[in-house]
Amino acid sequence: MSADPASQSFAGQEPRRILVLFAHPSLDRSEANAPMVAAARDLEAVTYVDLYAEYPAFEIDIDREQQLLLEHDVICFQHPLYWYSTPAMLKEWQDLVLEHGFAYGSKGTALQGKLFFSATTAGGAESAYSARGENHFTIRELLHPLEQTAQLCGMIYLPPFALFGARTAVDDGRIAAHVADWVRLLTALRDRRLDIARALPRPRLNDNLESLLTAAAASEEER
Amino acid sequence: MSGVLFQLFVYLCAAVIAVPLAKRLGLGSVLGYLIAGIVIGPVFHIVGSETEQLQHFAELGVVMMLFLVGLELKPQLLWQMRARLLGLGGLQVLATAGGIAAIAVLLLDHWRTAVATGLLLALSSTAIVLQTLSEKGLMKTDGGRAGFAVLLFQDIAVIPMLALIPLLAVPEIIEVAQHAAGAAVEAASTGVAAATGAAATPGAAVEAAATGIAATTGAAGAAAAAEAASHGAESGHAAGLSLVARLSGWRYALVVLGAVAFVVLGGHFLSRPLFRFIAASHLRESFTAAALLLVVGIALLMTLVDLSPALGTFLAGVVLADSEFRHELESDIEPFKGLLLGLFFITVGAGIDFAVLFGELLTVLVLTLGVMAIKGLVLFGLGRLFRLRAADHWLFALSLAQAGEFGFVLLAFSTQNAVIPPELGKLLSLVVALSMLLTPVLFIGYDRLVLPRLRSGADQPPDRIDEQGSVIIAGVGRFGQVVNRLLIAAGVKTVVLDHEAGIVERMRQIGIRSYFGDASRPDLLQAAGIEQASAFVVAIDDRDRAVELVAYLKREYPRLFIVVRAFDVDNLYLLRTAGADATVREVFEGSLDAAAATLRGLGHHPFAVEKLKRAFRRHDEDTLDELHALWDRDLELAKNRALLERVRARTAAELEITARDRSRLHDRTERGWTPPPKGYRTTRED
Ligand SMILES: Cc1cc2nc3c(=O)[nH]c(=O)nc-3n(C[C@H](O)[C@H](O)[C@H](O)COP(=O)(O)O)c2cc1C
Repeated sequence: MSADPASQSFAGQEPRRILVLFAHPSLDRSEANAPMVAAARDLEAVTYVDLYAEYPAFEIDIDREQQLLLEHDVICFQHPLYWYSTPAMLKEWQDLVLEHGFAYGSKGTALQGKLFFSATTAGGAESAYSARGENHFTIRELLHPLEQTAQLCGMIYLPPFALFGARTAVDDGRIAAHVADWVRLLTALRDRRLDIARALPRPRLNDNLESLLTAAAASEEER
Repeated sequence: MSGVLFQLFVYLCAAVIAVPLAKRLGLGSVLGYLIAGIVIGPVFHIVGSETEQLQHFAELGVVMMLFLVGLELKPQLLWQMRARLLGLGGLQVLATAGGIAAIAVLLLDHWRTAVATGLLLALSSTAIVLQTLSEKGLMKTDGGRAGFAVLLFQDIAVIPMLALIPLLAVPEIIEVAQHAAGAAVEAASTGVAAATGAAATPGAAVEAAATGIAATTGAAGAAAAAEAASHGAESGHAAGLSLVARLSGWRYALVVLGAVAFVVLGGHFLSRPLFRFIAASHLRESFTAAALLLVVGIALLMTLVDLSPALGTFLAGVVLADSEFRHELESDIEPFKGLLLGLFFITVGAGIDFAVLFGELLTVLVLTLGVMAIKGLVLFGLGRLFRLRAADHWLFALSLAQAGEFGFVLLAFSTQNAVIPPELGKLLSLVVALSMLLTPVLFIGYDRLVLPRLRSGADQPPDRIDEQGSVIIAGVGRFGQVVNRLLIAAGVKTVVLDHEAGIVERMRQIGIRSYFGDASRPDLLQAAGIEQASAFVVAIDDRDRAVELVAYLKREYPRLFIVVRAFDVDNLYLLRTAGADATVREVFEGSLDAAAATLRGLGHHPFAVEKLKRAFRRHDEDTLDELHALWDRDLELAKNRALLERVRARTAAELEITARDRSRLHDRTERGWTPPPKGYRTTRED
C-alpha cells in the first residue's frame, strides 16, 4: 500500500484541514471530552462534527459524511473509550460511510494518503494498559481494529492521543495540560509541524508530544 | 357633561401627545406624563381645581398596579422575600426617617414636626418606581427586586404611621387650628358659610363643624376634628366613609383581620367558581367587568376599614397568582392600570404650585436635592450591607431616592392633625412632587452614566439568570398536552394557554399548570411572559388563526423560536411563509407508525421496516421542500398544474422505493450496511 502524500493535491506548505468526528452520547456529563471540544472546536482549519448531535437517531447521512472526508486531510475520531473501542455511533459511522468503492476496494481511493488517528479518553489508569496490567494490552494494541481499518482505506495511521484515568483527570488537575496538548497537537498537524515519521511507531501521540514537534513546517518526512 | 368631556379630552390629549414624545426622546413614559401635567396645569392653566379630586380617582391606578404586582408574586415568592422585606425595608424606613428628622430638628421649631417630616419623606413612590422598572425590564434584576421589597414594606408601614401621626400633634399649631375651628363653628352657627368651611378643609371639615361643641372645648376637640378630617383625606375617594372610625382598638383590630381574611379566603375559594362561570359565557366584557369589580371591590372594602387599598389588592393579587385566570386578569386590568396611572402622574405634574415654587425656588431646590441625597445615601449603604452587586446597587439607590404619593397622603394627614404647619406643608408638598419629577432623570442617569461604566469593567460577573427562558404553548388539546409533558420532563418551564376554560380546568385537575385565555391576544401574551420566552409552540386547533398568530409573533418577537402544528401541506406552507421555524405535520408521524406496525404485522423484519420508514420520511421531506417552490398560496391545490405534476412524480418515486428490487442492492433503503461484492479485491487499480 502506498502512502504517498505527494499524490495529494496540496503543496507542502499549505495547512492541513482537519476533520474531528466527535462522538459522545452524554456530553452534559463529560468531564474529559467536553473541555477538549471547547478548546479546539473553533480552531482555524479544524472542522468539528458532533455526530450524536448531527444524527440523534443514528440516521447518518452517508453522502454528507463522505463529502466531508473528501474535504479534509486529517481524519480524527474523538471519543471516550467504551469497552476498549469507540461508542456505537462511530462504529455505525464506519459501517455506513466507509463504503466499498469509496473507501476501499479496487476503485475506493477517496481516503488515500490522509492521516488518521483516534483521540480517546480511557477510564482505566495508564498502568492498567500494559501486558502486565489489568487490561493486558496497550491502548494502541486495543485500537488495532481502527489501525487496520485506516490501513485498508489507504490512510496513514498515527498512534492514539490518549488520556488515561479520565474520570479523575479534572479532580487531579491533569485536564488542563491534556487540553493544552490537544490544541498543540491539532495546530501542529495543521501547520505541518508534527514529525510524522517519528510519530508513527510511538505507543501514544502524547507520550512526550514536545519531542515530536518541529519548529517550522519544513520537515515533511512522511514519505 | 361637556365640562367633563372637555377635561377628559385635555387629559387624554396630554397623555397621547406627551408620552410617545417622551419615550422617543428616551425619557420614559412617567416623565412624559409628569411634563404633560405641568403643561396643562401650572403652565397653561387648562385644568385647575379638579386636579385633586381627580388624583384620588387616579390613585386607583396605583391600586391596580399593586394588584398586578401581586399576581406576579406567588405566596412562596413573597415568603422568600421576607428577609429583605423586613431587613431592607425596615432599615430603609427607620434610617431615612431618622436621618431626615435629625436634620429637620435643627431647622424646625418642633421635634414632633421633624419626626413627621422624616416619616413622610422616607416613603418612596411605588407608582413611579414600579412603572419605570417594568418599562425598562428591570423588575427581575436583583436591584429591582430589592427595590420592590422596600416599596412593599413602605406600603405596609403607612398604616402604623397613620396611627402615629395624631400622637405627634404640636400645641402651638393646634392653637392656630383652634382658631380656625372656632371660626368654622361660628360660620356654622350663622348657617351661611358651612360650604366655605367644607371647601377650606376638604371633606370632613363639615363633620368637624357639626361636632362644633367639642371643637370649642379646646385642644382635644381640635385633635378630634383633625382626626375626623383625616379619615376623609386618607380614604380619599370614599369621602370619609368609614366603618371603623368609632371602634375601640381591639374591635378595630378584629374588623381589620376579618377584612383581610375575607380577601384571602374569598380570593382562594370564591373567585374561581365565579370566574369559571363568567368565562363560560364567552363574553369578554363581562370578564373584564368582573376583573375590575374585584379590584374596585377590594379597594372599597379596604378603605371602609381604613386599610391601604393598594395593600389589599396586592394581597388579592398574591392569592390569585396561582389561579388559572391569572393571565386573563392581568391582561384585562393592564390597560386600565396604565391609563389611570398615567392620569395619576399627570395630576402630580398639574398639582405643582408654581407660585410657591418660584417664590422659594432656592429653598425648594435645596430641600429636594438634600432629601434625595439622604435617601440615596441610606439606600446605598443598605445595598452594601445586603451585598447587592454593583449594577443592582446603583439601581437600588437611584430608583428609590424620591418621596412618593403616600408622602402626599401623610402630609395632608399631618397638617390636618396639627403636626405640620400649613406653610411647611405647602413647601414639603413641592419637595415631594419635585423629587418625583426628578426620578425619571435619575433613571436616565443610571442608563447613560452608570451602566456603560459598569459594563466596561471586565470583572463584572454575568447577570444571574434566575428564570430560565420559558416556552409558551398555545392550545393544550391532545397535541399541546404531549408537547407540554415532554418539555416539562426535560425541565423546561412552560406556560400553557387555552381558550376553553373547561380544558384548562381538566388540565389543572391532572396537575398541569395552565391558564385560560385567547392566545391570539397580544395583551394576554404579554401577561404570559412572552418577553422572556425563548420559544413558542402554536398548537391551537384553528388553522387560520394559527397562521395569523405565527405572522404576528415573527413580526413582534423575531428572536422567538416558533414551532407550529400544521394540519396539511397547504397549511404547512402558509405557516412556513408566515415565519414558523419548525412546522410539524400533526398526523404524519402517527401514520408512518401505523404503516410500520402493519408491515411488521405482515412479517417484515422490524429493522427493515425501520429503514423503509426512514427512507420514506426523508424522501417525503425532500419533495415537500421542492413542492414549496411550486406552491402558490392564491392558487387552489387542485388547479396548480405544476404542483400536481410534481406530486404525481413523487408518488411514482415512492412506488420505486417500495417496490424494492432485491437483486439491486444499492437502492435507497439498502444503501447502508452494504457488504462488498463477492470476491472483491483489496488492492486498488491506480
Ligand atoms: C459504556 C462505557 C464503557 C466504558 N468502557 C471503558 C473501557 O473499556 N475502558 C476504560 O478505560 N474506560 C471505560 N469507560 C470509562 C470511560 O472511558 C470514561 O468514562 C470516559 O473516558 C470519560 O470521559 P468523559 O469525561 O469525556 O465522559 C467506559 C464508560 C462507559 C460509559
